[in-house]
Amino acid sequence: MASGEEDGSLDEKENNNKKRIRSALATAWLTFYNITMTAGWLVLAVAMAKFYIQRGTHKGLYRNISKTLKFFQTFALLEVVHCAVGLVRTSVIVTGVQVSSRIFMVWFVTNSIRQIQNEESVVLFLVVWTVTEITRYSFYTFSLINHLPYFIKWARYNMFIVMYPLGVIGELMTIYSALPYVQRSGMFSLRLPNKYNVSFDYYIFLIIIMLSYIPLFPQLYFHMLRQRRRVLHGEVIVEKDD
Amino acid sequence: MSRAAFFEVEILDPKTKAQLCFLDKVEPHATVAEIKCLLHKCYPKWYPARQALKLDPKGKTLKDDEILENLPVGTTATMYFKDLGPQLGWTMVFLAEYIGPLFIYLLFYFRLPYIYSPKYTFTSSPYPVVPLACLCHSFHYVKRLIETIFVHRFSHGTMPLRSMVKNCLYYWGFAAWLAYYINHPLYTPPSYGNRQIYYALILFLLCEAGNFSINLALNNLKSDGMGSGKIPCPTRNPFTWLFFFVSCPNYTYEVGAWIGFTFMTQCVPVALFTLVGFIQMTIWARGKHKMYLRQFKDYPALRMAIIPLFL
Repeated sequence: MASGEEDGSLDEKENNNKKRIRSALATAWLTFYNITMTAGWLVLAVAMAKFYIQRGTHKGLYRNISKTLKFFQTFALLEVVHCAVGLVRTSVIVTGVQVSSRIFMVWFVTNSIRQIQNEESVVLFLVVWTVTEITRYSFYTFSLINHLPYFIKWARYNMFIVMYPLGVIGELMTIYSALPYVQRSGMFSLRLPNKYNVSFDYYIFLIIIMLSYIPLFPQLYFHMLRQRRRVLHGEVIVEKDD
Repeated sequence: MSRAAFFEVEILDPKTKAQLCFLDKVEPHATVAEIKCLLHKCYPKWYPARQALKLDPKGKTLKDDEILENLPVGTTATMYFKDLGPQLGWTMVFLAEYIGPLFIYLLFYFRLPYIYSPKYTFTSSPYPVVPLACLCHSFHYVKRLIETIFVHRFSHGTMPLRSMVKNCLYYWGFAAWLAYYINHPLYTPPSYGNRQIYYALILFLLCEAGNFSINLALNNLKSDGMGSGKIPCPTRNPFTWLFFFVSCPNYTYEVGAWIGFTFMTQCVPVALFTLVGFIQMTIWARGKHKMYLRQFKDYPALRMAIIPLFL
């Protein structure tokens, strides 16, 4: 009986050890991932600033940074995997929607429709995305190493108030300016008759996407506002006690 | 026999803790359902089906058949009330969900104005598969309506209004989408011609018959009085022999019928509808399968949830 008890507690210790190793590995991977993404978006920010200072215009900016942008934005697909395997405790659907909308903007709008790549609205959403992502990824990085400077927390929960609407304006204006080119070229569309008896009109699809911002944007915005109140409100209570 | 004293029940709003109703002289062996009726008398607009009563604001909802004196309360019980919103009986729900697709498909079949180009209004398709598809689609939903009215016995009483609206949007929307393409003037009949249509039709009819047989068998099971005490098993009807292999052959046959319809029409929206339906029915079948496994110790090991030997 004594040896039975020992075996029991040995198994427990082994399990606990395995769990500790697993969570240490998970933290290490996530820290590496977030540092990489912070660095990537910093590189983008520097490249955009350099381009504008040297050339004095935003024309050609997108072409210049497009490879880097495509790489790092697509890499963000990993975040959906993180949620799916439980590495990060966020809803898979929410992350999936956010990453998908970015991938859509990059690959299916800006990258595919050359004529709009020099629009001002493209620069607008690129700047917003860069600022937002640098703040977000550095927030995650510092949180993982348990050394979160207050200004990063402040930035994450306050910048979005301005950045979010600006980003939405940039994205919507870009899609809107792309509409005439999509209609004229009939790109990504499937017409009848065909043997699968289905049709797809990319022009109408883009209009539906634009309309979907109306219900979705307020929901995400108010969700962030509520999170902000919760995070910063808690802060205030602590200070009062001091 | 000593008569225990009467209970008192006070019902509060979980957020404001204000007292909504105070019931005195409640029998100790009164059920939660009876308490809901008493609350309904105080507030006529909250019929029992839309009431959720809990002992703790954040706790689980009490079941209707729980008895007051068996609950962990003193002689004065405190319950919290939540309004579940307008509720609809299951029969109403299914009727609405099935009548929609039935009529919507016909709107497209007869090519009512404003759907297709004006020159095609009220015309009909030269291909025989189009009226055949209309017949099959309508038959499918008429059969479901008949089953809802005469065959099914539903367990839980009601469904919230919002869920029903969502479900109706889903069924009606998909019906409109697939009917649009099948009845379109530019519709292309299946690639392998009459042979494809013929075999798909056979599959469709066999699965419809199968589904009907299973629904009858399940209904007979419930009406035998034992309630949920019996394992569904094959009868003399060959269609029910699928029970040897799956827990929910009604879903298997349903998917089969829609696969048949997909090949009959060779239409991508139909394929998508079949796929989404399959995913949903698999989730339901697996839930049911787990419930059976938990309930019956000697549940046949060969049976899977929805696809024999596989899923």
